[in-house]
Amino acid sequence: MTRRDSYIGTPVERIEDLRFLRGRGQYIDDLNRNGLLHAAVVRSAVAHGRIRSLDTAAALALPGVRAVITAVDLGDNMPTIAVRSESQPSLDRVVQPVMARDKVRYVGEPVALIVAVSAAIAEDAANLVTVEIDALPAVTDRRGLDADAVLLFEECGSNQAATLSAVRGDIERAFKEAEYTRRETFQVHRHAAVPMETRGLIAEWDAARGRMTLTGAAKVPFFVRTALAKMLGLPEHAVDAVETDIGGGFGARGEFFPEDFLIPFAARRLNSPVKWIEDRREHLMATTHAREVECELEIACRRDGSILGLRGRAWTNLGAYARPNAVTPSRNLAQLLPGPYRVPHVHIDVALYVSNKTPVGTYRAPGRFETDFCRERMIDLAAADLGIDRVDMRRKNLLTSAEIPYALPTVLPYGGSGEFDSGEYVVTLERCLGEFDWKTKVALEGRLIDGRYHGLGLGCYVEGGSAGPRENARMALDAQGMVTVTVGASAVGQGLETVFAQIAADALEIPIDHIAAVHHGSTTGIHEGFGSFGSRASVMGGSAILVAAENLKTTIRAAAARRFNCTADEVEVVDGLRAVIAGQQRMTLAALSADGFDAAGTFSNSKRTYSYGAHAAHITVDAQTGQIDILEYVAVEDVGRILNPNTLHGQTVGAIVQGLGGTLLEGMVYDDEGQLQTGSLAAYLIPCAVDFPRIRSIALEQYPSPLNPLGVKGAGEGGIIPVGGVIANAVASALVSFGVQPNALPLSPARVWQMIQNARSPGVA
Amino acid sequence: MQTKFNVNGKTHAVDVEPRLTLVDCLRYTLGLTGTHVGCEHGVCGACTVIIDGKPARACLMLAVQADGANIETVESLADGDTLAPLQASFRRHHALQCGFCTPGMLMTAHALLSTEPDCDENRIREALSGNLCRCTGYIGIVEAVLEARAAYKAPKRGGTP
Repeated sequence: MTRRDSYIGTPVERIEDLRFLRGRGQYIDDLNRNGLLHAAVVRSAVAHGRIRSLDTAAALALPGVRAVITAVDLGDNMPTIAVRSESQPSLDRVVQPVMARDKVRYVGEPVALIVAVSAAIAEDAANLVTVEIDALPAVTDRRGLDADAVLLFEECGSNQAATLSAVRGDIERAFKEAEYTRRETFQVHRHAAVPMETRGLIAEWDAARGRMTLTGAAKVPFFVRTALAKMLGLPEHAVDAVETDIGGGFGARGEFFPEDFLIPFAARRLNSPVKWIEDRREHLMATTHAREVECELEIACRRDGSILGLRGRAWTNLGAYARPNAVTPSRNLAQLLPGPYRVPHVHIDVALYVSNKTPVGTYRAPGRFETDFCRERMIDLAAADLGIDRVDMRRKNLLTSAEIPYALPTVLPYGGSGEFDSGEYVVTLERCLGEFDWKTKVALEGRLIDGRYHGLGLGCYVEGGSAGPRENARMALDAQGMVTVTVGASAVGQGLETVFAQIAADALEIPIDHIAAVHHGSTTGIHEGFGSFGSRASVMGGSAILVAAENLKTTIRAAAARRFNCTADEVEVVDGLRAVIAGQQRMTLAALSADGFDAAGTFSNSKRTYSYGAHAAHITVDAQTGQIDILEYVAVEDVGRILNPNTLHGQTVGAIVQGLGGTLLEGMVYDDEGQLQTGSLAAYLIPCAVDFPRIRSIALEQYPSPLNPLGVKGAGEGGIIPVGGVIANAVASALVSFGVQPNALPLSPARVWQMIQNARSPGVA
Repeated sequence: MQTKFNVNGKTHAVDVEPRLTLVDCLRYTLGLTGTHVGCEHGVCGACTVIIDGKPARACLMLAVQADGANIETVESLADGDTLAPLQASFRRHHALQCGFCTPGMLMTAHALLSTEPDCDENRIREALSGNLCRCTGYIGIVEAVLEARAAYKAPKRGGTP
């Protein structure tokens, strides 16, 4: 018998690790099938143009090639990929067809699919397909919104695909009454999630039963099933989407991509299982990009630094099509603009426009990373103008527990708002300053020591989590007392099996090794699931497990009551779920039922949790080279309740390093013709082991969420949110003697060096 | 093309296309799927194996080039269900999340500690800098390798690492 809550909150070593460490993980490319065929995608090498001809004869003639599928094979009603969340009618006109038919709109767009007996032959054949394209001028940035710009979709009449706004209060009044205002333009560059495992799929068609199984689904398998069934013209119950071990998701993997239709289509047409594994070059041009935005922002304050209002306009580059998550980054950018601060008046308009680049989607903390960069830079700029210490300016404006719940701005045209759930936001800031020893280090600001300028940066954030509407769990107890847990939430490498086992073991008061298995995500295990996004899996899945555990005990008590001839209230489940007692009567569960017991549970939630925190960094800048080094980085967050400190800190630190990569190293670079210049990991630089060695993460649980029985808040994205702003603020602090204000990312050595040159020779550059 | 090499103590004679990479041979011909493929251009290190005592990228080498070689893969580290000290240290320090880069990390670290059991943190970071991890931020990995050094120092009673 274990004590209540003996696993939650402790650094339980991960269950998953036992297979991963021994090379026994089962990632998609580790799986085989009898008679397996292999697919390769022929992709457009031109960013924008009309397809004149497509010659597949040579590819078809290659021995071992079983099929070459082009748009012609897909028929007149070319399936398109719907926007999954918060669509608008205008966006539905720019969704992606699963294969280009007349026009290509980005480098990497599928134009044909080869299926062959081996992956090597499929790739050989892909090189034999001749695609002739009449190139059109490429739209790569906001100039694509000019009146005379080339149109991606002529029928739409504009490259602006949608708009949305976030509003609160009376912005005109705020700016009229303000004693201080300032306007700045900020830019965040295009970068991407880039998990270490590329995407991959195996599709199997059971012709006798009319069933399709798609293995390799991730993040949102139930959505994938619904979408795929519709596109294949099958009933939903005839399609299964199955998860495997997954080599990282970070928001990008698992949304519906063209291949999620093309591979099943090929499997059905050829009546053979078909595998497709994306290569790295493909991944960098085919899997969603993220973050590219320009934001013109204005702040209104009182002279004492109280923020009255934030208003602005932003332009989000969607890439060539509105993919399933096209809207999420823009709506988050707008709604979270005020962040953890008291900003009574807000108005921001966001324009989402299409361009001849890879379509964008969500990447860890979508929109939040971008909006934090703009806001935290703006606060530093305003504080300096007003002669207020930037720490004090944040202290003054952070929301207090007395003001929470606090409503977020309303997002139009959707109308949703929501509210912060709990917290005392200044606590994490003060703890961060203390851990960092800000008071002492602040003396280093702007100082040149051994050829390097020292700078300090600071930033605060909120992280929304636990997206609804609900999540489901099932528990099966066998006659040996072993429990199998199945949850609708998905695992993408974050350690969900372990965290769910901890929650289940505590809820059932059994040793964790009595949890035989934790299944998740796949449509084969449970009737409905909502997946893993928006920091929701632990909160929603974990809460569903609690409900299922209660229901399991109720089921057992009811069965025992019938046997003992007493009421269920008189029955107690004891011995770690292995026996029942009622008065003097006692019976093992094995005797009570040879078949064991099972129960289901659902947790519904329409409100989001909000973790929050503060980060501080100490950096140096080499003015000769523009090189930035991180001497120290400290992160403090309050996550409501810590389920497993190992997995929490692991995700926080990992997210910070991803954020540092995005801020300093990474970038999807295009030329004016829309050619991707960063098509390998030698060109797209993700952080390595020598880059950022000194990072500390501290987690608090002072303000549990009132919204779920665990008190837990979504975590795991928070670490990345403030990084861009923190580092840019630190660069400004280091280069204060030059008056350099870094308002655009990335802070590559070249850009930092150029900013210093421009400051040294004003008017020259 | 006929080629013969030793993998994890077992000799394999295979007949492969000359263009087959070593990693594809290990994974698809021999079924040793513990070694992963992350980039196919030698940058990410997920496919790292140990060839004649030295870490190498199995994606940058043809299977036929390994003729006569002694190859160690991640599958060689544990003794059945018992994790090797390096693996146990990875687990203790939460040095992995999605696990995809882990086999390459382990083999690079194993090769390093087998030859330099006294290496310091900087040396560990340098040696691991050719293995990309997108989940952990490397801190847990470095801590795990630092701790695992003890198991590689001067032969101890009770077995080898």
